[in-house]
Amino acid sequence: MNAQPSRRPLLALKGVTQTYRLARQSLFAARPILTVLDGIDFDVGPGEAVGLVGESGSGKTTLTRMLTGVERPQRGEVSFDGEDVWTMDAAERARFRRAVQVVLQNPRSSLDPRMRIGTSLLEPLRSLGVRGDHAARVHQVLDQVGLSRTALERFPHEFSGGQLQRIAIARALMPNPRVLIADEPVSALDVSIQAQVINLMQDLVHDLGLSLVFIAHDLSVVAYTTSRVSVMSAGRIVEVGRPLDLFTAPRAEATQSLVGAVLRVETGLAGHALD
Amino acid sequence: MSAPANALEVRDLVVTNGEVAAVRGVSFTIPAGGRMGLVGESGSGKSMTALALMGLLPMGWGAQGSVLHDGVDLVTQSDRALSSRRGRTLSMVFQDPLSSLNPVRRVGDQIAWVIRRHTGVDRREAERQTLDLVRQMKLPRPEQIVRAYPHEISGGQRQRIMIAMALACYPQLIIADEPTTALDVTVQKQVLRLLNAAVKERNSALLMITHDLPIIAAMCDSVAVMYAGRIVEMGPVGEVFRTPRHHYTRGLLESQPTMDNIALDGSSRLVSIPGMVPPLHDLPAGCAFHPRCPAASERCRSAMPELDGRGRAAACWHPAAAAVEAAP
Ligand SMILES: Nc1ncnc2c1ncn2[C@@H]1O[C@H](COP(=O)(O)OP(=O)(O)OP(=O)(O)O)[C@@H](O)[C@H]1O
Ligand SMILES: Nc1ncnc2c1ncn2[C@@H]1O[C@H](COP(=O)(O)OP(=O)(O)O)[C@@H](O)[C@H]1O
Ligand code: SF4
Ligand SMILES: [Mg+2]
Ligand SMILES: [Mg+2]
Repeated sequence: MNAQPSRRPLLALKGVTQTYRLARQSLFAARPILTVLDGIDFDVGPGEAVGLVGESGSGKTTLTRMLTGVERPQRGEVSFDGEDVWTMDAAERARFRRAVQVVLQNPRSSLDPRMRIGTSLLEPLRSLGVRGDHAARVHQVLDQVGLSRTALERFPHEFSGGQLQRIAIARALMPNPRVLIADEPVSALDVSIQAQVINLMQDLVHDLGLSLVFIAHDLSVVAYTTSRVSVMSAGRIVEVGRPLDLFTAPRAEATQSLVGAVLRVETGLAGHALD
Repeated sequence: MSAPANALEVRDLVVTNGEVAAVRGVSFTIPAGGRMGLVGESGSGKSMTALALMGLLPMGWGAQGSVLHDGVDLVTQSDRALSSRRGRTLSMVFQDPLSSLNPVRRVGDQIAWVIRRHTGVDRREAERQTLDLVRQMKLPRPEQIVRAYPHEISGGQRQRIMIAMALACYPQLIIADEPTTALDVTVQKQVLRLLNAAVKERNSALLMITHDLPIIAAMCDSVAVMYAGRIVEMGPVGEVFRTPRHHYTRGLLESQPTMDNIALDGSSRLVSIPGMVPPLHDLPAGCAFHPRCPAASERCRSAMPELDGRGRAAACWHPAAAAVEAAP
């Protein structure tokens, strides 16, 4: 089994359970209950990059909503820097909200189409109530993601998907977070651009000492950047391990099915990829 | 009458809207029952090529060149003639099934309608064939699924319904444009497997459009690589993917994530192609790939290379010679 990191986790879920009540199937039926997260233990240490993989509907995005504190779990604890996120005082909570930022799958729908990039970048600071002149910070994050300053005056439709994802990452970096949560950040991108964005996230972990939670369907996508990956299935974490170990010796059925479903050029050419 | 030897022959296809060209002279042939992959980054003109073949170009766009299929040139056909062919001799599966299915009609009725329209069988027979198709697509509880509306079933199930509809009339050619891009890997594999088997069984030809090279390797016998509206390399899929000659093809292959040589501490680097696909209205002179190419020379910046053959060909002044590294 995988050894837990000896450092104190920065952001952690302990025994987190979340259920949703679904719509009634008929007038007299009880509303069915769906357990979306079922006793989840999950954590990321300072400067650590961890992965989370699982098939569609397994609960990955719901888990990120717990990590960011936008939704309160019915059971279990969410803690940041050792403090319970749901009982901390207002000042601590503000610090937590600044420190944990998210990048989503589809950059086109996560940026306001009518807003210039320069304005979009300031949005997280504004909603956190951080005042002041942020011009220097804006230039700094643009440098960090490798975009030129001419981007500031332009609108989202003037950029490709890969550039927009850099902009979304820049926006998440604005509040100077300690943890970046990336929920399938490259699934919507082309292969060659995917590689650029994966490498960029690795640079951020190295250069800024960020903690990274990298979510994907495909194990090989997170394997480049992370050293510890959790596999989710039906609301539970069914296996944790180093990416290569999960790939070469998957134990849980869900891991086996994920590894088996990924297509490779070589197996395709050999003619048995769809067997 | 004997069946034509080729399911599709595209010659010098150009797709333009005023001054802007999304497809800039594309030629390829798919033999009857053949499977060709069309690969390239988003914006390279793959979908515009497909829409031109189907006669479904967006407003303002027009096609020139010739597209021979079933003994006619599709480019010169009337809208009416094209519309009576769609679903019958050629059909298309789109990336987003939700927007191509009618939201207020049951999915089974939509399949049955295609069958009745093109074959003239009665309603009961069309319903029977529909149920058969839905069963072939390995959908759970087929009797209930046919009665569902599109929003009541999952993305993977909707895509299988679209495939069933495209296959209903045994077309000579199926065009699938990113059919599994919106699906997760497990569902993707199921859908590809079904498409593969169904195309094989009907001996239909397939034009598989995707930016995902492993899908092409698994499904196709030939491949054409598109960049900025042109085919920059083509040939048998094994040859192109094992010994790519154009530097864009090579870059695409090298930037595939694999589990080979992966470091244990998350410090492995992916090879990536620097830069972006250029915008259509501002294409670089010469080889459109030159600003991103490691082998670009003065000649590449000024003169546009043409494909150097008909079967296995590349459009490059300095083709790569060696095989891609790390391919076991
Ligand atoms: N607010 C909600 N009400 C009811 N069900 C919900 C709600 N949010 C999520 N679910 C359900 O919870 C399950 C997990 O959803 P979640 O979005 O976390 O999955 P995911 O692993 O992120 O999937 P994907 O890979 O498709 O993004 C799904 O079955 C989903 O339909
Ligand atoms: N409906 C449309 N209206 C205007 N331009 C379009 C439309 N669809 C595609 N284009 C343009 O045509 C070019 C080729 O696009 P497309 O064929 O969709 O590329 P691909 O399918 O390879 O991603 C792109 O520059 C795109 O912006
Ligand atoms: S023609 Fe020149 S720039 Fe274009 S791919 Fe070949 S070497 Fe590179
Ligand atoms: Mg999700
Ligand atoms: Mg497309």
